[in-house]
Amino acid sequence: MNEMFEWSRVWDAMPTMLDGLVVALQATLIGYVIALVLGLLFALLRRSNNRWVSMPVGFVVEFIRSTPLLVQLFFFFYVLPLIGISVSPLATGAFALGLHYATYTSEVYRSGIDGVPPGQWEAARALNFSRRRTWTAVILPQAIPRVVPALANYVIAMFKDTPQLLAITVVEMLGAAVAIGSETFRYSEPVAAAGLVYLVVALVMAWLARIVERRYGQVRV
Amino acid sequence: MSAGLMAYVWEGLGVTLMLTVFGALLGLVFAFIAGLGRSSDRKVVRGIAMVYTEVFRGFPSLVLLFALIFILPQFGYQLNTLFAGILALALNIGAYAAEVVRGAVKSVPPGQLEAAVALNLTPMQRMRKVVLPQAIVAMIPPFSNNLIELLKATSLVSLVYISDLTFAAQLVRASTGETTLVFLGLLVGYGLIALVLTTIMRLLERMAAKRLGRQVPKGLFAQKEAA
Repeated sequence: MNEMFEWSRVWDAMPTMLDGLVVALQATLIGYVIALVLGLLFALLRRSNNRWVSMPVGFVVEFIRSTPLLVQLFFFFYVLPLIGISVSPLATGAFALGLHYATYTSEVYRSGIDGVPPGQWEAARALNFSRRRTWTAVILPQAIPRVVPALANYVIAMFKDTPQLLAITVVEMLGAAVAIGSETFRYSEPVAAAGLVYLVVALVMAWLARIVERRYGQVRV
Repeated sequence: MSAGLMAYVWEGLGVTLMLTVFGALLGLVFAFIAGLGRSSDRKVVRGIAMVYTEVFRGFPSLVLLFALIFILPQFGYQLNTLFAGILALALNIGAYAAEVVRGAVKSVPPGQLEAAVALNLTPMQRMRKVVLPQAIVAMIPPFSNNLIELLKATSLVSLVYISDLTFAAQLVRASTGETTLVFLGLLVGYGLIALVLTTIMRLLERMAAKRLGRQVPKGLFAQKEAA
């Protein structure tokens, strides 16, 4: 079928694309929150003085980081029900996305924490701060603003990974586009529509991330 | 697991490795063209390079893959699916790697450039003999990360029915019904390939650094610097 590319169909596909976009944004948002929280947890655990904690966590984090998100999506989608956890594909997808990116954010947190001058640790020790207070009052408030730009960039990366969720039956944008295509046998227009929306949203996110970078990048050492 | 199934796995492994290697090579070409193009003096070249980098960094790989396989035929071009996979992966990774190239070239100390000009080297000689050897050493660690991202991205081709490792694993799972084991095994497989690739990249970096006459830390698994 070599019919002309019809732009009107691209326009017609847009409402469905927007529905898919909402799903994709939901997955991104939930996943991002998970990645932020879990990533910090991983980072703190990896710094543990207890080898039995830091090494297994380190190993698991590296393992998840070096293996494809798609395979992890399949894994959780098929295996979770087998152990009795029955959640929607979107929830599974968001969780897997969050877990995968938690391994990246944990690296970012680690670099932020390592970047806090040693003198701060010593001062907290000298002032007899408890471990909890040292972290909450001294270290984290200095470590986190430093790495906000890097963390902001991961939202974009996560959003661009949402198409993979179609493999576990989540109806996000690309999945919706393919569905339209398989009904009308014209894949070009809906896929092009999806592509355009992804591009625009990614560019907008990148622009926003640059604003965040400029605001937080002014942290003096 | 029967021998027939194992054959699928080996074939899948081969396809994954091919996608990774050729995707990396093609991506490297795109990366150098775009990365060097962005530092060009000519506005047109800079503009094109910038468009390439921004567009292909903003596009999800899967969408690009679907586009090459589903949209191109409408315009009369039917790509061999394997080549479409390599192209999509290479375009995507090339855009990220282009930034690495650009950063590495910028990181060569300006004094080197000045010395090269003072020694009356032509621009081509400057590039080949002075800038690139130093830039390449700086490029290899980030490239190593890009390569692992590429390896992970190859699994996406299974969604367009290219028989890579992930696709083979799906077949095995459908045949044997051993869901957990198959996917765990698949993850371990990718993890091992990633380990091999990272080690190769580290070796490359050491070789490149030695050729420059730089000091190389002993031991292949050097201390990870405070990231």
